[in-house]
Amino acid sequence: MDLILFVWRQKGPDEKGLLEQFAAKDISPEMSFLEMLDTVNEGLIKAAKEPIAFDHDCREGICGMCSQVINGVPHGPQEKTTVCQLHMRNFKDGDSIYIEPWRARAFPVIKDLIVDRSALDRIIQAGGYISVHTGGVPDANAVLISKDNADTAMDASECIGCGACVAACPNGSAMLFTAAKVTHLAMLPQGQIEAARRVCIMTEAMMKEGFGNCSNHYECQAACPKGIRVQFIAKLNREFIKAQIKDSGKRNQ
Amino acid sequence: MLLLFKNTVGRKIVMAVTGLLMFGFIIGHLLGNTTIFTGPDGINAYAEKLRNLGPLIWIMRVIMLVMVSLHVFFGVQITLEDNAAKPGSYAMKRNLRSTFASRSMIWTGLLIAGYLIYHLLQFTFHVINPEISSMKNFDSLGRHDVFSMLVHGFQSVLVSSVYIAAMIAVALHLAHGIQSLFQTLGLNNDSSLPAIEKAGLITAVILFLGYVSIPAAILAGIVK
Repeated sequence: MDLILFVWRQKGPDEKGLLEQFAAKDISPEMSFLEMLDTVNEGLIKAAKEPIAFDHDCREGICGMCSQVINGVPHGPQEKTTVCQLHMRNFKDGDSIYIEPWRARAFPVIKDLIVDRSALDRIIQAGGYISVHTGGVPDANAVLISKDNADTAMDASECIGCGACVAACPNGSAMLFTAAKVTHLAMLPQGQIEAARRVCIMTEAMMKEGFGNCSNHYECQAACPKGIRVQFIAKLNREFIKAQIKDSGKRNQ
Repeated sequence: MLLLFKNTVGRKIVMAVTGLLMFGFIIGHLLGNTTIFTGPDGINAYAEKLRNLGPLIWIMRVIMLVMVSLHVFFGVQITLEDNAAKPGSYAMKRNLRSTFASRSMIWTGLLIAGYLIYHLLQFTFHVINPEISSMKNFDSLGRHDVFSMLVHGFQSVLVSSVYIAAMIAVALHLAHGIQSLFQTLGLNNDSSLPAIEKAGLITAVILFLGYVSIPAAILAGIVK
């Protein structure tokens, strides 16, 4: 199949970018989206032109590196799928495809489709951990956790930190990402000790990085390749309210 | 407490709580206003009762003023931050889940705030159209004639049109706002979220129809 690509080209962080048109010829429907870009890049290299810079790592849908907004949707048209797992059979011969980088102040473009997502790492560094000494592997079921809680923690921990939620959010907020981590840890006994402190520190860190506020558009949930739900944001809100009550209780003592 | 006014979630909670109280007011205000359908005696007696509440009504007014001020202040502040967090737009962007109502909250909100000022100047402070003011006109029982004020006011197609336009803004604002406050206060779960979204939308439509029924009935000559 033959496709027309409109790809965001930007030389560096402070350069002005623009959409450049490319023809992608003889693309197999069995190719992944990234393989299609590889093919286009091979052509560009042969023609002694600058290849399209894009992020990728595992190519099996778990690393969260492939950050591309395809035809207006982060990770493209297929639900709960990263770009690397998106296959060209989802497109038709002759289609025009717009490929843009994540757009948010907290994610500056490094080059073309590559953005700097380290702001998410700094949110995790601020509070996305538990302060315990790691020893040997604990015995299974030594700490009893209800099935429901374990399931919710597991669902929340599925977040791969790709940043699609930020890219999709009209406010450029990283609330779904932050909420997934807050929920993951707050559901488990090991995470509850620092839960009150964590929710405040992580949301503060999020704002310091230049992300926007959450106003419940729920675009993030629709874009998330891992099916992280906005219910975790409601959980984060509950955790914040709990933290405030605990805090005022402490001050009254 | 300080975090409540500084933190991103804290301010969201302030928006939700102030919004909830204003939502309560909107319901109460509509219930009170429907007394217009029972004729001059209904609404004039209702207005008299409100007036006789004395200091209570002023406490209520001060609370509402604080609610409105906080809601508008944080609404504008949050929106400015959000716009700064999202510089440059996509050449192509498809919205999968957000709605026209959710994306236009700041605009419907500012429209409502603007209308609120006009509405108060017209029917509470009698600065606009002072000739129909219930401060000067009394009914046969010597009560302030709120009924005539409303009927004369809404008989103007312009006044009614502005009112209906403002109610469209209110309905849109509530269509997103009601379900949003449940999410913000964490009062939902996976299964109740869609139901709350639907209920919020239906409530917004009912309130819209309720409010619009007043100028509609006056324009149609049913209430005169």
